[in-house]
Amino acid sequence: MAEYAVELRDVTKVFGDVVAVDHVSMAVRPGEFFAMLGPSGCGKTTSLRMIAGFERPTSGEIYIDGKPMGNTPPFRRNVNTVFQSYALFPHLTVEQNISFGLEMKGVPRDEIKRRVREVLELVRLPQMANRYPRQMSGGQQQRVALARALVNRPKVLLLDEPLGALDAKLRKEMQIELKNLQREVGITFIFVTHDQEEALTMSDRIAVFSKGRVLQIGTPLEIYERPANRFVADFIGETNFLDGVVKEVNGEMAVIEVNGRRFVGRAGEGVRPGVRASLSVRPEKLQLLDQPSGSPNCYEVTVSSIAYVGSDTRVIVRLGDQMIDVWEQNSISTLDPNYFFGPGEQAWLSFPPENGLILVD
Amino acid sequence: MSTDTPIVLLGEREAVRPRVREAAQRPTLGRFVLTLIALFTFAFLYVPIVVLVLFSFNSARTGAVWQGFTLQWYERLFNNPRILDAALNSLIVALVSTAASVVIGTLMAMAMERYRFRFQSVWDGLLYMPVIIPEIVMGISLLLFFAAIRLERGLITLIISHVAFCMPFVYLTMRARLADFDRSLEEAAQDLGADEWTTFRRITLPLLMPGIVSSALLAFTLSLDDFVISFFVTGVGSQTLPVYIWGQIRRGITPEINAISTVMLILSFVLVSLSHALQQRTSAR
Ligand SMILES: Nc1ncnc2c1ncn2[C@@H]1O[C@H](COP(=O)(O)OP(=O)(O)OP(=O)(O)O)[C@@H](O)[C@H]1O
Ligand SMILES: [Mg+2]
Repeated sequence: MAEYAVELRDVTKVFGDVVAVDHVSMAVRPGEFFAMLGPSGCGKTTSLRMIAGFERPTSGEIYIDGKPMGNTPPFRRNVNTVFQSYALFPHLTVEQNISFGLEMKGVPRDEIKRRVREVLELVRLPQMANRYPRQMSGGQQQRVALARALVNRPKVLLLDEPLGALDAKLRKEMQIELKNLQREVGITFIFVTHDQEEALTMSDRIAVFSKGRVLQIGTPLEIYERPANRFVADFIGETNFLDGVVKEVNGEMAVIEVNGRRFVGRAGEGVRPGVRASLSVRPEKLQLLDQPSGSPNCYEVTVSSIAYVGSDTRVIVRLGDQMIDVWEQNSISTLDPNYFFGPGEQAWLSFPPENGLILVD
Repeated sequence: MSTDTPIVLLGEREAVRPRVREAAQRPTLGRFVLTLIALFTFAFLYVPIVVLVLFSFNSARTGAVWQGFTLQWYERLFNNPRILDAALNSLIVALVSTAASVVIGTLMAMAMERYRFRFQSVWDGLLYMPVIIPEIVMGISLLLFFAAIRLERGLITLIISHVAFCMPFVYLTMRARLADFDRSLEEAAQDLGADEWTTFRRITLPLLMPGIVSSALLAFTLSLDDFVISFFVTGVGSQTLPVYIWGQIRRGITPEINAISTVMLILSFVLVSLSHALQQRTSAR
């Protein structure tokens, strides 16, 4: 087995004067759940379609199981796709839809029957073999689409926002199911989504796309805790940005001056004294205190507003003319009505240096 | 208002309904005029046809007087070898030209829908131009063309001409169908290992079938009913039914003519209804 199930080497795709995919390189390991995450129009679908063989790269090469794909047509690639719109054949029953790929491979009739039955069990639709797609709900159609791809036991399964058409609750359920299913069958999944929470909860690794480029590839933890740049920090989760100028760099750590106040944080790539940069600190990594802490990052702020949202309390504070989000998790003690600061009150905002990240733009 | 209490007790629906009915029944001048115009329109459209159909069952040989019901004109029709010959010609021409129009029209529509090339809108316009070319112009030009290439008039010239005016209708229908066609279904088939030809056979063709059948029915009807163009390109012994009828009318309208016309009317009506029903059924999906 090759080292990588799928590899893109310096792949570019140009449509007319639009650069849809711009020098993308990434390598997906066998058995991995790999997400391509990014805002609308950033080239995720185009990348997936190039892997499937529906589009040819303008330059660069795609390898599947170690072999360069070149002009290999889709029907000779050992990958299967779950389309965003499902693309179930409307004139065929569920069983005929699922059998289609096996028939193309010339699998014997009785084996097809058996495998279709197995895969319908797997996606928990055993009673639906004789229905037509239009007689099923969106969630059921989604599972048929999944079954139709999985039954072929491809090396790699490509999924283009397969949960996009489902409502929030079903979507959550299917996320868990899909993840379990992937573990069970052990097939490499390449999963396109623009939903960062979905990517974080499901993936082994994530490639963050923006404007046709890959900005960062890493585990959910790496992407969230150590975003490579301002875009990634902003796109994944919530964060506060405080813009300023880097003053000092000491190994891993750096000092940034923001409106005359100095903060210490971890230094991102390219951080040198004198460059303009932003301090990124996530709302849940900030603390509000009634007295100064020992941290170098501790300043007096004014509480502007407070919102109780169940699992946590979201406070907006003002530091000079900058608004900062602070999320305090609600533990038992918060039942005490005097626990919180009220609007207009003074408080001390504090965070340990390792919770801040200094990023050049 | 206290006297209204019983109506209020009936609930809103019950109280409102009688009033609506009243309004619908009240005659006004506007309503009267509109009804009259509508009646005239329908009379104008259908009275001649109804008269024709009725007289095909009239036992009187001549004159516009009803003398009793008979089926003898229909009986004569089916025993008249010249009429049967003409009907057979019509059928052959319609079948062959429909088949050719459907194949050519569908393939042209696919090419135009799926590929991009130079002067595309010009080619597209040229393909459906025959729909708006006056029939008499087309008839004359075809006649001149066949004379120029020394093709003797007969079934062949009829078929070529009928393809020329039927194909654009197939083309237009199939263009509309293909515009709605979900290309990702074909990609899904290829993704599952089907090559281009298998994809066409197993996915594209079955999904286009309702459109193909309905445009075929339309082409068949057009071919069967055509007179003007056929008149120019028909030869001795290859007359189609409408051309034959025209020939007969010159000797006066007979009840047989009424009978053939009725048969053609019903046939066209059935074919067009079928075509329409197919369109409806697939667009409802
Ligand atoms: N066939 C095409 N012709 C021209 N431009 C295209 C084509 N396909 C994609 N593009 C352009 O390429 C860019 C990337 O498109 P792509 O579909 O890959 O985005 P995406 O990341 O999948 O977005 P979304 O989340 O909205 O699906 C877009 O600017 C799009 O307009
Ligand atoms: Mg997309």
